[in-house]
Amino acid sequence: MNASIATNQTILVVGGGISGMTSALEAAECGKQVILAERNTSLGGRTSLLYRYFPKMCHPTCGLEINLRRLKANRNLRVMTQTEVTSVTGKRGDYTVTLKISPRYVNQNCTGCGECAKVVEAEIDNPYEYGLSKTKAAYLPHAMAYPQRYVLDASIVGAADGEKAKAACKYNAIELDMKTETVELKVGAVIWATGWKPYDAAKIQPYGYDRFDNVITSLEFERLADPHGPTGGKLLRPSDGKEAKNIAFIQCAGSRDENHLRHCSRICCMASLKQTQYVREVYGDEGKSTIYYIDIRSIDRLEDFYQKVQQDSAVKFVKSKVANIKLHEETNDLILHGVDTEGYHRYAAQHDLVVLAVGMEPESNGIALPADMITDSSGFIEGSKDGGQFSAGAASSPLDVNRSVQSATAASLRAIQVVHKTSATEGAR
Amino acid sequence: MTNANQQAVALYSNDFLREVEERVEEGEWVKMCMQCGVCAGSCPLGNAWQHTPQKLFMMIRAGKREEVLTSDSMWMCTSCYNCIVRCPRKLPITHIMHGLANYAHRLNLAPKGQPTREVARLFWNSLAKTGRVNELKFSLAMYFKDGIVQGIKNAMAMQSIGLALVMTKRLNPMELFGGHKCKDPGSLHKMIAKAREIEDRKKGFTS
Ligand SMILES: Cc1cc2nc3c(=O)[nH]c(=O)nc-3n(C[C@H](O)[C@H](O)[C@H](O)COP(=O)(O)OP(=O)(O)OC[C@H]3O[C@@H](n4cnc5c(N)ncnc54)[C@H](O)[C@@H]3O)c2cc1C
Ligand code: SF4
Ligand code: SF4
Ligand code: SF4
Ligand code: SF4
Repeated sequence: MNASIATNQTILVVGGGISGMTSALEAAECGKQVILAERNTSLGGRTSLLYRYFPKMCHPTCGLEINLRRLKANRNLRVMTQTEVTSVTGKRGDYTVTLKISPRYVNQNCTGCGECAKVVEAEIDNPYEYGLSKTKAAYLPHAMAYPQRYVLDASIVGAADGEKAKAACKYNAIELDMKTETVELKVGAVIWATGWKPYDAAKIQPYGYDRFDNVITSLEFERLADPHGPTGGKLLRPSDGKEAKNIAFIQCAGSRDENHLRHCSRICCMASLKQTQYVREVYGDEGKSTIYYIDIRSIDRLEDFYQKVQQDSAVKFVKSKVANIKLHEETNDLILHGVDTEGYHRYAAQHDLVVLAVGMEPESNGIALPADMITDSSGFIEGSKDGGQFSAGAASSPLDVNRSVQSATAASLRAIQVVHKTSATEGAR
Repeated sequence: MTNANQQAVALYSNDFLREVEERVEEGEWVKMCMQCGVCAGSCPLGNAWQHTPQKLFMMIRAGKREEVLTSDSMWMCTSCYNCIVRCPRKLPITHIMHGLANYAHRLNLAPKGQPTREVARLFWNSLAKTGRVNELKFSLAMYFKDGIVQGIKNAMAMQSIGLALVMTKRLNPMELFGGHKCKDPGSLHKMIAKAREIEDRKKGFTS
């Protein structure tokens, strides 16, 4: 790659989820040069794995499609996938960033014909389904993937499967000798849009996520509900593939808890309210949802959605943080134990599937951020002390899509101001 | 009403939460409880009690002074620490439970004859007197706490264990007469009195 294209007029956006795409597009559409670096094989981030968006219950693919159209129409924006930022040095208006680009083993010639996947035998855990299903080791990340190019998993490169894939490709798109590349670029401002990751549910010992098959996370439930997901949209529970019709949602699983994440993850109440409507969509009045909660936090106008779900006779609310979960051996059902706060009744409630509304923690927990970055007590990024690096979306705070996009636009404006000042001072010189 | 209790009522008129905050060990944590119910659901004794920690903390905030201080629930806490480990707000629940029991005892509102209270009282009296717990006297006092007849029954039932303890030199029958003590019990009494004085000053008891 030619590093000289980037200058200190360039804005680097790290992370290509809904926030990163928004930040990058807003700046590029203002005429700024932007590089969008995404670690995964495709843009889209976590929202591309959601079935529907609250509060309007529309499909995330719709928003993604609009952004992709904007992106293809813009010449100021360069997208780099499988690219990680390994270091940022320098100062506001004059940074040097190091990017590590992992090999895809497939070049621009790929037409997405899928012949390679047909001949490859090896299967890997589908990285887009939280291990709920398998995929061939030559695969298209997902239907809406951008770029629409196949990927070869590194495990088959150097093996017979890799050679088979190469032989099957009529377009000369497979390059088995691609190597990891490292490039250095000059940029003027950096926007961190690295997003969030789910809190590790196995750490919440009393809920037994690691012990009980039928205790799953809210993210896995999104995949179950999705007609393009591993179960074709049927709500089948993992232990025996039985239809789950009496589902418990446990709120604050890992959030608002000094033993886990201190903060309120802000979106998980809304996510569970939304997911009760997936249950209704599949079963009508037959499917029962029970939400166990401390408080329902549906902020601002999202309260309307809460009120609507409260009217739903198939949804029950229990004000109580579940104390622990035990397995009902004969049925593989789960027994939830606790005491409710409205009357202090002790309950032992049986459900056939338990969904943990897991908290959001910053994805950047675990990567080395530049030294002068300011983060809050949970690790969410506020920005750099020198005022040349910003955060956008869920990297800055646990935000829903609507608020992520607002925050991304704000970050974009700040970054534009930085490169503007840089060009003004350079003009005077 | 005891003196100490009258004083406390006058001092805190209607604000039981403030009373707890100022006078009960770790009481300032009570207001941090968010009523999630995890302690109540995790306590191994929870279903045997009238008032779980969650309930007690709510009652304190609701000003249910009489009910809280006469409850025997906090006397049943076994200090298993399950609640402390699980509480999402990190309340030192076990310590608050003991703090409440201690305070209720101090005001003489704690239930009469509550077994844990009796054991604690006998244990403390034995210890505070000589600086050592006189195991023989302590056990006998335990046997006889429900009266002479019950005491004899208890002692008979425990006879073989008592004998075995004596044979293996774990129990000295001579302890019944005086018993061993620390070097200078007089100084110990002064220390305890001083500690009491400091505590009273800090917590605003005028005794
Ligand atoms: C169960 C659940 C349901 C939800 N449902 C809804 C809903 O219905 N409606 C709604 O509005 N919101 C919903 N949300 C919230 C929504 O997922 C977030 O608002 C959204 O994902 C935030 O987008 P983002 O771009 O900030 O972060 P992400 O989607 O996390 O994107 C971050 C991107 O950055 C990339 N990245 C990370 N680190 C690096 C790195 N070091 N280098 C390069 N790239 C990197 C990642 O690969 C990813 O592509 C839900 C959340 C959960 C948990
Ligand atoms: S790599 Fe080749 S065979 Fe595979 S999808 Fe692309 S063009 Fe088709
Ligand atoms: S949004 Fe709801 S479930 Fe999520 S942490 Fe906050 S209160 Fe708990
Ligand atoms: S676990 Fe903690 S916060 Fe929850 S009810 Fe008990 S004391 Fe209150
Ligand atoms: S420490 Fe006491 S209150 Fe806490 S769980 Fe154990 S017995 Fe219950």
